[in-house]
Amino acid sequence: MTSASERILKVMLTIACAIVTATADATLPIQQWQTAKGARVLFVETHDLPMLDLAVDFPAGASRDAPNKSGLASLTLGLMRSGAGAFGEDEISERLAAVGADMGGRFDMDRAGYGLRSLSSARERDEALALLAAVLQKPTFPQQSFEREQQRMLAGLKEAETRPEVLADREFRRLLYGEHPYSQRGSGEVETVAKLRREDLVDFYRRHFTADDAVVSIIGDLTRSEAGAIAEQLTAGLARRSQPLPALPPVAQLNMARTSRIAHPATQAHILIGQPGVKRLDPDYFPLFLGNYVLGGGGFSSRLNEEIRQKRGYAYSAYSYFNPLALEGPFQVAVQTKKETAEDALKVARDTLAKFVSEGPTQQELDAAKQNIIGGFPLRIDSNKKIQDYLSIIGFYRLPLTYLDDFPVQIERVTLEQIKEAWRRRISPERMATVVVAGEDSH
Amino acid sequence: MLIINFLVRSGVLALALVCASAFASAATVAQRSLANGMNVIVKEDHRSPVAVSMVWYRAGSMDEVSGTTGVAHMLEHMMFKGTSKVPAGEFSRTVARAGGRENAFTSRDYTAYYEQLHKSRLPLALELEADRMVNLSFAEEEFAKESKVVMEERRSRTDDDPHSRLHEQMMATAYISHPYRSPVIGWMNDLQNMRIADARGWYEKWYAPNNATLVVAGDVDPEEVFRLAEKYFGPIPSRALPERKVQIEPRQFGVKRITIKVPAELPYLLMAYHAPALRDVENDREPYALFVLNGILDGSDASRLNRELVRNSRVANSANSNYDLINRGPALFFLDGVPADGKSVADVEAALREQIRLLVEKGISDDELMRVKAQITAAQVYARDSVYFQAMRIGMLQTIGLPYDSSDLQVKKLQEVTADQVREVARKYLVDDNLTVAVLDPQPLAGGKRPRPNPEGVGRDQR
Repeated sequence: MTSASERILKVMLTIACAIVTATADATLPIQQWQTAKGARVLFVETHDLPMLDLAVDFPAGASRDAPNKSGLASLTLGLMRSGAGAFGEDEISERLAAVGADMGGRFDMDRAGYGLRSLSSARERDEALALLAAVLQKPTFPQQSFEREQQRMLAGLKEAETRPEVLADREFRRLLYGEHPYSQRGSGEVETVAKLRREDLVDFYRRHFTADDAVVSIIGDLTRSEAGAIAEQLTAGLARRSQPLPALPPVAQLNMARTSRIAHPATQAHILIGQPGVKRLDPDYFPLFLGNYVLGGGGFSSRLNEEIRQKRGYAYSAYSYFNPLALEGPFQVAVQTKKETAEDALKVARDTLAKFVSEGPTQQELDAAKQNIIGGFPLRIDSNKKIQDYLSIIGFYRLPLTYLDDFPVQIERVTLEQIKEAWRRRISPERMATVVVAGEDSH
Repeated sequence: MLIINFLVRSGVLALALVCASAFASAATVAQRSLANGMNVIVKEDHRSPVAVSMVWYRAGSMDEVSGTTGVAHMLEHMMFKGTSKVPAGEFSRTVARAGGRENAFTSRDYTAYYEQLHKSRLPLALELEADRMVNLSFAEEEFAKESKVVMEERRSRTDDDPHSRLHEQMMATAYISHPYRSPVIGWMNDLQNMRIADARGWYEKWYAPNNATLVVAGDVDPEEVFRLAEKYFGPIPSRALPERKVQIEPRQFGVKRITIKVPAELPYLLMAYHAPALRDVENDREPYALFVLNGILDGSDASRLNRELVRNSRVANSANSNYDLINRGPALFFLDGVPADGKSVADVEAALREQIRLLVEKGISDDELMRVKAQITAAQVYARDSVYFQAMRIGMLQTIGLPYDSSDLQVKKLQEVTADQVREVARKYLVDDNLTVAVLDPQPLAGGKRPRPNPEGVGRDQR
């Protein structure tokens, strides 16, 4: 047996070593510049593999939909590849396939864009980039394709309305965000999607896909000058915006607990508990993030998993997370369990959360959390794809270029007191939104 | 996502695993066998200071016998529930404290356990894996809880997912004798009746070094890995493995059709044709042609099903094909589709059959073939971006009985496939006597009414 002080010393040494290792390993030479039209570019040069990954993102996610046009943002993004410049829909797909390139839409509450993975050999790369350049800058939004995709979207929505997890998610957003744009799903609603017209897409594209707001993130087998030329090629034909996009309204915190129960014939209840959580650029981000590892983010090491799955066998899945966005994205606790144990599992989840907020993690839990996050930092950036995702986030949210290098250091600095204080101030167990779909008493 | 071949201990990686059809290059792979028969394979990738360790057992749900379906997967869960040295739950916590991620997955053909860590912590992963290869505890209380967890997993993956349910019923119909007819997670009744002795029996039968392969990929030195493998796994004695009986699905004598009625909005059609899997990397031809055929039908947005059924005729909201040539057992060639508004599953089936007719009568164009081959070439490069998938590919090949270093040869063979070969396998295998058709007939939710978008009428309480 080692004494407590020996143990703490050992833990501190381990953490210190992990930081040194992680930091030494982590230094990523990110280059940043602006294109002629003002698009932000982030680039990491690496020639290990003959390929490149890039994305161009815009502030054109679901939160940019007007409430009566919910679904417009995602439909616009999807339709951009249905015809662009001189290329027809089939031609875009066939030409991409012919050079083995993968081009796909990327979409969340804040962002919308296209990503491209291509071989870096000249023939393949040039063809893939020409197609992406057209999709981003000259989409034609063919009427026929629009009608077809609208119908497919409506069918998908109707199907989704029969799925308990979709019902739970929609109600959860509604309780958390009320009338705020973050209450809107990217998929839209049957009533709003049905009313969209092609002109809505053209207008949405014109206002949101501008050079000023574009963020280009690139990693791969390119020189700086090649990356520069690519960034110009992908943005030179974008419009300049006439005025900045309106700021999203602030997110209001919940002033009271609210619970919704929705009947459903599924065998399992879907339980969601939460509040508006944290912003990307938020002074409380690290204490909340680190604390959440202990509560429900640390997989089999987390309290929610321990209490609900490992101790009681109630669920296969039990976890919590923060989804940091431009404004306060959701903090969510999620559990799925058979109807019969829904109420018990709900109580355990609420109690676990309340206890965590009131007492915080133990020193031992905090040490373990730091050891995992710092020691495991290299795993977060061990592929080009993962690094490209971070470049996109750093560029879009204007995080410091040293964000990745600083990350382990920021984690290490967080104290037990900071976690307790931040959680008590930001998370209120007595004012949670709760959704139970297919619970015990509802069917 | 058409097929759920893998179960993962926690859900995050499931989709990624299903997509693991890329071909990692085997250029710098070293292999050695320990005296106890355990295979050790090392793939160097020095781009990042990380390592992944995977221990693969050649034991999956196809090795189960009637009445104990799901035991391979149940044992996978028990592998985290403690050994004589490492208490229940401590495996995960130890790996987590080392900055690692760990999980496991069970398929029809194998069960595998992995850790991703900083390269300096690789010895810890090997030490823990060697320990649980022989020292598992089987506490009755842990088993009781974990079997509940697995039943919840089944509810979530299958019982509450209409397409999963249809797929499960499809497999049980397409195969009447081969063990692929049972779901990896097991039938609910078997899960309810499973005993700890079943799990222990499985462990004692299959968890031996001579039934296992260790794959390590990442920023490692092969000699050092061999040394560590010898240190931790070397002392474990080999054991006689049970005889594996060859199980051959009896011939089918005509089309089979089933319908399942479950709550859903849209109908769904799933068709499956018996087809061969890859057995001889050098000399087989048909599996490669079937793989290319799958790419012709559904490799990208440019493929035939998307172009013809979704975009041109608009008979379907989605249409897919699927064929996996890497299996210990037999393969199926799948076609599926969701009818568009105003269309029926019969319309979709007719459209899919029309595509088969066109393939057989007119073959494929050089451009189409070139596109599929270009995608295969590119995918081989892209796969090298993930250390995890490189290890995955090697472990899968070795465990199902193909050369672990045959990825490059497979790609070469795929590049040699001709348009005539594609047409020939379509003509030979996509025929009614090989076919099972499964239809999802959607039923209204309880009370015949759908929950409203803004459920004003439902019970709501405030706390």
